[in-house]
Amino acid sequence: MNQYPPKQGLYDPSMEHDSCGVGFVCNIKGKKSHDIVRDGIRILENLNHRGAVGSDPLSGDGAGVLVQIPDKFFRKECEKINIDLPSEGNYGIGMMFFPRNLDSRNIIQEWTERIVREEGQRFLGWREVPIVPEKIGAIARSGMPVLRQLFIGRGENTPREHFELKLYVIRKRLFNKVEASILREKRYFYFCSLSSKTMVYKGQLMADQVSTFFPDLDDRDFESALAMVHSRYSTNTFPTWALAHPFRMVAHNGEINTLRGNFNWMRAREKHFVSSVFNDEEIQKILPIVVPHVSDSATFDNALEFLVLAGRSLPHALMMMIPEAWSGDKNMEKEKRDFYEYHSFLMEPWDGPASIAFTDGRYIGAVLDRNGLRPSRITITNDDTVIMASETGVLPVPVENIKLKERLHPGRIFLIDTLEGRVIDDKELKKFYASRKPYGEWLNNKSVDLDDLPDPKRFHTPELQTLLQRQKAFGFTLEDLKIVLRPLILNGEEATGSMGNDAPLAVLSQRPQLLYHYFRQLFAQVTNPPIDPIREENVMGENVLLGAEGNLLDETENHARRIRLKRPILTNRELEKIRNLRIPDFKSRTLPMLFDVSRTEKGMEEALENLFAEADCAIQDGCSILILSDRGVDQKRAPIPALLACAGLHHHLVRRQTRTKASIIVETGEAREMHHFAVLIGYGCNAINPYLVGEIIQHQLEQGLLPEGVTHEIAVKNFLKSTRKGLFKIISKMGISTIQSYCGAQIFEAVGLSEAFIDKYFTATVSRIGGIGIKEVAREVLVRHREAYPVEEAPEQNFLDSGGFYHWRKDGEEHQINPYTIAKLHHAVRTNNRQAYREFAEYLNDWKTNLTTIRGLLKFKNKKPVPLEEVEPVSEIVKRFATGAMSYGSISKEAHECMAIAMNRLGGFSNTGEGGEDPGRFEPDPNGDWRRSRIKQVAQGRFGVSIEYLVNADQMQIKMAQGAKPGEGGQLPGHKVSAEIASTRLTTPGVGLISPPPHHDIYSIEDLAQLIHDLKNANKEADVSVKLVSEVGVGTVAAGVAKGKADHLVISGSEGGTGASPQTSIKYAGLPMELGLAETQQVLVMNDLRGRIRIQADGLIRTGRDVVIAAMLGADEFGFATIALVAMGCMMLRKCHLNACSVGIATQDPELRKKFEGKPEHVVNYFTFVAEEVREIMAELGFRSFKEMIGRVDMLEIQDAIDHWKAKGVDLTYVLHKPDVPAHIAISHCEKQEHGLERALDNELIKFCKKSVETRRPVSFDSEIHNVNRTVGTMLSSYITKRCGLKGLPEDTINIHFNGSAGQSFGAFLAHGVTFTLEGDANDYLGKGLSGGKIIVYPPRNAPFVPEENILVGNVLLYGAICGEAYFHGVAGERFCVRNSGACAVIEGVGDHGCEYMTGGRVVILGPTGKNFGAGMSGGIAYVWDKEGDFRSRFNDGMADLFPIEIPEDIAELLQLIRKHYLYTKSPVARRVLDHWDEVLPQFVKVYPVDYRRVLEQQKLQEAENKTNA
Amino acid sequence: MGEVKGFLKYDRQDPKKQSAQERIKHWNEFVTRLLDEEAQAQGARCMDCGVPFCHSGCPLANVIPDWNDLVYQGRWEEAFERLYQTNPFPEFTGRICPALCENACTLGYNYPAVAVKNIEMTIVEKAYEKGWIKPHPPKSRTGRTVAVVGSGPAGLSCADFLNKRGHKVVVYEKNERPGGLLRFGIPDYKLDKNVIDRRLDLMSKEGVVFKTGVTVGKDISLLNLKKQCDAVVLSGGAEQPRNLPVEGRELKGVYFAMEYLAQQNRVNKMKFQGERIDVKGKKVVVIGGGDTGSDCVGTANRQGAARVVQIELLPRPPRERVADNPWPEWALIERTSTSHEEGCERMYAVMTRKFSGENGVLKRLEAVKLEFGPKDPKTGRQEMREIPGSEFVLECDFAFLALGFAGPVRQGMLEESGIALDSKGNVRTDGNYMSSIEGIFSAGDMRRGQSLVVWAINEGLEGGRSVHKYLRK
Repeated sequence: MNQYPPKQGLYDPSMEHDSCGVGFVCNIKGKKSHDIVRDGIRILENLNHRGAVGSDPLSGDGAGVLVQIPDKFFRKECEKINIDLPSEGNYGIGMMFFPRNLDSRNIIQEWTERIVREEGQRFLGWREVPIVPEKIGAIARSGMPVLRQLFIGRGENTPREHFELKLYVIRKRLFNKVEASILREKRYFYFCSLSSKTMVYKGQLMADQVSTFFPDLDDRDFESALAMVHSRYSTNTFPTWALAHPFRMVAHNGEINTLRGNFNWMRAREKHFVSSVFNDEEIQKILPIVVPHVSDSATFDNALEFLVLAGRSLPHALMMMIPEAWSGDKNMEKEKRDFYEYHSFLMEPWDGPASIAFTDGRYIGAVLDRNGLRPSRITITNDDTVIMASETGVLPVPVENIKLKERLHPGRIFLIDTLEGRVIDDKELKKFYASRKPYGEWLNNKSVDLDDLPDPKRFHTPELQTLLQRQKAFGFTLEDLKIVLRPLILNGEEATGSMGNDAPLAVLSQRPQLLYHYFRQLFAQVTNPPIDPIREENVMGENVLLGAEGNLLDETENHARRIRLKRPILTNRELEKIRNLRIPDFKSRTLPMLFDVSRTEKGMEEALENLFAEADCAIQDGCSILILSDRGVDQKRAPIPALLACAGLHHHLVRRQTRTKASIIVETGEAREMHHFAVLIGYGCNAINPYLVGEIIQHQLEQGLLPEGVTHEIAVKNFLKSTRKGLFKIISKMGISTIQSYCGAQIFEAVGLSEAFIDKYFTATVSRIGGIGIKEVAREVLVRHREAYPVEEAPEQNFLDSGGFYHWRKDGEEHQINPYTIAKLHHAVRTNNRQAYREFAEYLNDWKTNLTTIRGLLKFKNKKPVPLEEVEPVSEIVKRFATGAMSYGSISKEAHECMAIAMNRLGGFSNTGEGGEDPGRFEPDPNGDWRRSRIKQVAQGRFGVSIEYLVNADQMQIKMAQGAKPGEGGQLPGHKVSAEIASTRLTTPGVGLISPPPHHDIYSIEDLAQLIHDLKNANKEADVSVKLVSEVGVGTVAAGVAKGKADHLVISGSEGGTGASPQTSIKYAGLPMELGLAETQQVLVMNDLRGRIRIQADGLIRTGRDVVIAAMLGADEFGFATIALVAMGCMMLRKCHLNACSVGIATQDPELRKKFEGKPEHVVNYFTFVAEEVREIMAELGFRSFKEMIGRVDMLEIQDAIDHWKAKGVDLTYVLHKPDVPAHIAISHCEKQEHGLERALDNELIKFCKKSVETRRPVSFDSEIHNVNRTVGTMLSSYITKRCGLKGLPEDTINIHFNGSAGQSFGAFLAHGVTFTLEGDANDYLGKGLSGGKIIVYPPRNAPFVPEENILVGNVLLYGAICGEAYFHGVAGERFCVRNSGACAVIEGVGDHGCEYMTGGRVVILGPTGKNFGAGMSGGIAYVWDKEGDFRSRFNDGMADLFPIEIPEDIAELLQLIRKHYLYTKSPVARRVLDHWDEVLPQFVKVYPVDYRRVLEQQKLQEAENKTNA
Repeated sequence: MGEVKGFLKYDRQDPKKQSAQERIKHWNEFVTRLLDEEAQAQGARCMDCGVPFCHSGCPLANVIPDWNDLVYQGRWEEAFERLYQTNPFPEFTGRICPALCENACTLGYNYPAVAVKNIEMTIVEKAYEKGWIKPHPPKSRTGRTVAVVGSGPAGLSCADFLNKRGHKVVVYEKNERPGGLLRFGIPDYKLDKNVIDRRLDLMSKEGVVFKTGVTVGKDISLLNLKKQCDAVVLSGGAEQPRNLPVEGRELKGVYFAMEYLAQQNRVNKMKFQGERIDVKGKKVVVIGGGDTGSDCVGTANRQGAARVVQIELLPRPPRERVADNPWPEWALIERTSTSHEEGCERMYAVMTRKFSGENGVLKRLEAVKLEFGPKDPKTGRQEMREIPGSEFVLECDFAFLALGFAGPVRQGMLEESGIALDSKGNVRTDGNYMSSIEGIFSAGDMRRGQSLVVWAINEGLEGGRSVHKYLRK
């Protein structure tokens, strides 16, 4: 049960995340032994680094083990306490947590015994679980429950096969009873397990505390054939015993992104459960199936356990919940596809990155998500042991004993049946389940494709004479037509924009806003990766289903009775097809979303209630499709916001548990852009017909406004294409891959909507500052309606409103950066005019002139002025200032260096951005100026991130997200990659660069901790910073980051700028800085983590007042980006994405760059003004030092004079909450992180190599290595680079031969001159950022298995490698050589997404490849040995072509690489290839990116020309 | 937006003008409109800025980027509609506006600004040619009546606004023809009076009634007028010229600029009886360096003056912006008007001490040179001193005083009605343009003091909006 602190301030326990290490060991034959248990514990101990500790170094986040019931052990133990155990299998054991309060405990025990009897079972007794709590941490102890084991004997009338069900019913009944009670400390009560087969030992322990805490586990008689273990890394540090894994059936490493939707859908289905194993009475007892307020993993476990108990086998249920990516996979067998499709009719996927180990006591196995986003390594031994874990090497096995080394492939299941005593491979297993029932036939017989439906006789056609009025009624502006719709219609692309969002929050706007604008898209950061929906489109699914769902617990032909839609957006014709269906199963009813304007605001609420009632009637009448329609808007009738009607109805039906009986289609004139569609779908809409868009297309066509050749059909096609891309982009930023599971998933945070309104219509959506309710929403509708249908004639009614939402307009939306403020600031900084700055600041600081932000609603209180002279000087304050991350590439060299010089003059920080840095800037200029940026950013593309770059940093910033487009990648088109830019990014000029949405070495929090560790190894003097973007839950992520040992944290607001982003993202993704900052401060303080990390706030900070408020909300430092650009001369043309900046800032055009007039003085002047203003405010408030102001949120209160009709409902209590903690808990930065670098193996290596680095004389030696030795070679490389620069040492100066299993990030940033040979195997991230070194890996020479058929190295190898070489005698996991810039690598097989985003280098693959090879590959060359001739089917041809190897240079290069491979690894594969070269050569294909080819060929031409000229 | 980087591809192009020698031979407009393609290329230079300073700088809030883009795309009719949406009289501003928009154009910061005014002119004249500008009388009438006193740009825009909203509007004009300063103050060569008549004709067809030759305050009292209708708008302009009360002011040959300009306009297109001010072959001094002075220069040259000198009290402005006059503020630089191109000697930092003459007829002007101290950082003013010994004499037969205006004429209507004035002598209004007398509004120069035509048009619209709101109550 939930043991988190209660919700307070901005902290919300539902935002907690966890992630971790997971593993199991088992005996295939089901032979029980104590060794298995012991091995399980050992795995756990070796995964310790994947868990985390918080402020208390002895309190872990949780660890545990699941075993089969050790009968022998309990027989012995029960004898001691006089419990007479029935024979094995005829008794069950409950592992339970109890309240410490004796009365409560006694009562629950009494209830337990009674319920056991009532369910016809025999209560046998209790056992106190022996524990040794002394060694666990104080925090863990503070929340420790009382542990008891419950013994239940099978009742006489219960058949054996029903015993497990009975135990389940007992557990659920007891849970519900306690939950409903008012017992003290009831939150302690929890069942770790209750089963006759398995049991769980777990607690809030560190991995290495489990066996000492539970002496039971050490007993020789404690035997099991399997042990499933889990070490948890949680974002919080609160006592949370119950949330440790394993759960009753699973141990999960990952995150369920669609949880809210899955939860709601499960709830909605419950009422319709008809089970063959549970009778109706029992079903009533066990509801709810999914328990609220628990973690995603626990919810998943709830659902899985139920499905299994209700009759599906464990693998079957998992295939249903975590399906492979079937819809886009052309190569999948039909039977399997049918299976998946059929099951998608029953349940939406539980979507998210996941490696899930599972067992029911007989089967044990693991499943990986469709995109392979978690590592899982498997070893099978000759004596029937299987070891599966997040890492290889966790349980050392003698080499001779190894039969097979494998990894879990994306979407695959690995299963062991301990009863049959064999491993069942994915193919066999899925074939078995796919052929269990004639799924394909059922689909054929019953399901209906929209395309196959008869064309309707009539469908709605445009009514152009009323178009304008209706547009106005739906709030269309000229900008909607020009900026939003035009690119959709003409190019099939979403509108792109630049710079940030400086318009007010919807709730602060003076203008009526659409309800969509109150919702902000959430996105993945740290705890799970966003997906690249373009390069990894193969995992995405757009299809949706209409019609009633069948009983989840059954599978029949009738379950397939659904309408299949290819996409959720419907044309008029398609909608009419559905509406006209006269088939009983697909009866539809259209319900009007309109209300009578004469009834005013109240009328809307009444109409809404009527709508719900009508929907209930329709469902009762057997309708399975509800069409909500706002057609018919006129003088008298106004539209109910479609989102309100849809979400309200969705929740109404979920509450009535009839939601799965009918689909909801929204037929609306209101929705017109991606965000609108996404919010509708996110709140339960199954399909949308945005009819007004079609009418606008027709209108534009008739007016001749569309270019020649664009017909209605083409325009509609473009529009639909763009909705596919746009929706994929939105769902993928949360890491969700199918529209079906996005539906109802509510991946939004509301800003400015009242609690009552949210509870009723958008249940369980986060909305933290209160705001407007249904009355104000109705008022906004009515204002628009009056504009559309004015009482009197007025010429302006013939025109649409100009909007001003994107571009400033006099009569439009307020903007902070507007003509007045730009002019004032330019004037101030250019002439060092303090008065002009004051006017600038006054305008922005006064809510009366500029109410756009949350901080605008605040004012200071408790002022106790001190003299200005006593306040900390400006020169100190400016040291807390930093400019934002802007890459050289997004802005010009001149602008970039101007900013750096200015910040260095001030002693503040500038930031390289994502584009690397010219080494020429590392040293100061002769005049004393320094163009070096102190902050070096490490972003997803890793451009220019070499060991040298890192060594020259004062701060290394890991960019997890960017305010303007969190969860998205970026792209620098080839024409912008000049020679200069290419050289700082360490790539090829002219070749386009893609920055992927996720960091491919950060799919979860423990991965981030790993990257922090890597960077710290690369430069231990520099701080590691993590940049996050504000959204609900960012505080808990920040806590995880602090526990992951980051020194610095940036909380960025969604206002932040960009060189180019979709307008949707600029406007609707992410939350304001204030919310994220305040939440972060609160959660870190609650966790006692605040002192060890510095916080920088960033998000359109413009004035000293902004700085002071941010400090009070918890910031130590402050980032400025947009405004710093304005100080350098930016005029907000918002044309950065077009390379057309007329003041030479955001452009690479040499002509325009000449126009750059910014001077470091301007920037210095600006920051000085800001600091002066800060100082003045400090004096006024009574702060002498800045530090004492940090976290002083008690100095703030809400402005009382605000009478804005919307803003007055805003409540900032949560933002201004100060956690109640003892005085010694820090509220600002004050201590250092403990990085543990002294334990690194590199300390030893450096000792051995020191002399060699000085003398350059070669050295070579051996070293043992284990998976716990992480980031080996990086500190050594840092040592070398500091002395020798990027060129490092001569080749092979340092030779180290390792034996064993290397931990993660082996050879990361390895410097030139270092050669690592590893005999053994390696984990993920080997060779990341390789900076010239050489890595050779092969299996032990005495290994009995065939290396090229076994997995040797993990996922994401050579990520962002710059140069160097790598040779692998064996196979790698997913994403081999992702974003390789220049390294050469040879390998004998790779998983999915090989060479993704590669921009340079050479790769030879002498074996099989996985799916989606070469996606986003813009440079470099891969040579693939396509033995079977089927490579093309797994190749992504988006950016590269395939060629035979014919050119002599290619042949020579390939041959050379294979020869080297043989030389280093002695690979028989290489030998065979070399021996049969002429035969084999034709089987090779060359993967040659189009861009790269063009550039190389141009270069060749150029060279030839030069030659002839010479 | 226009074309990406269009401003790098196309230079700014201003329309062709007849040569100075040719154009001073007549009184007609001498600027040729841009050709369609030329205007389109000029539209291509516009960047559709995220923060369009042109739009911000325009008193009418013309959404310039929108119509620049439409012109670039060749969507002329839409461009016209978008322009017409904010500006009721683009044919006036397209000719005579000093183009605050171009001054504020972001491109103008470091490139030649987008040729907004020329594009505007091209749009509106095309619209007339194509017949897109047609009378649109209101579909229904509210039954309310409004009297507008004064038919300058403010009065006209106010009348137009209210008429289109269904109110019955009667415009009272003291002169023989409506148009106010547009008709009488601005020389024909800058604004052909047919352009005004074309507009007046349109307005008449839409139902606006013009009563000319009626002086409110004389022929009918303001209060009586108010009784006849539901609201009155005073838009009589700021016609009280600023005088130069020095010795010899009374001499024959010393005139207010407006006397001179109005007379010439009457001579050109209307009947004029009375004594001509004809400078043919004479020496002329124009006192005052502003636009009105410049108009006097052009008029004098066209009449065939022997020599024209323009003197200005303030020092010569810089060629380019100085640091404390940064973009997008109005650039305080020396501007050369087309009239200056036609021949004129300009003198700065000169103060007129006295006029002298013979037989009551002006013969010369005595002046002294000035020097200016540094700018007071607080007031922005510079101390002014006569340079000893710099006195000089200018021979002249005519002197025109173009020293600006000192608010509305108080005698007559204003005094008689007892309406409240503000400290500057303009009609005092509340936030809704209403004067101290219920139902009587004021707009334009009469309310805000001497200003630009574009401001006057805006005043008329805003005043109209207030009246409309008042009438709907």
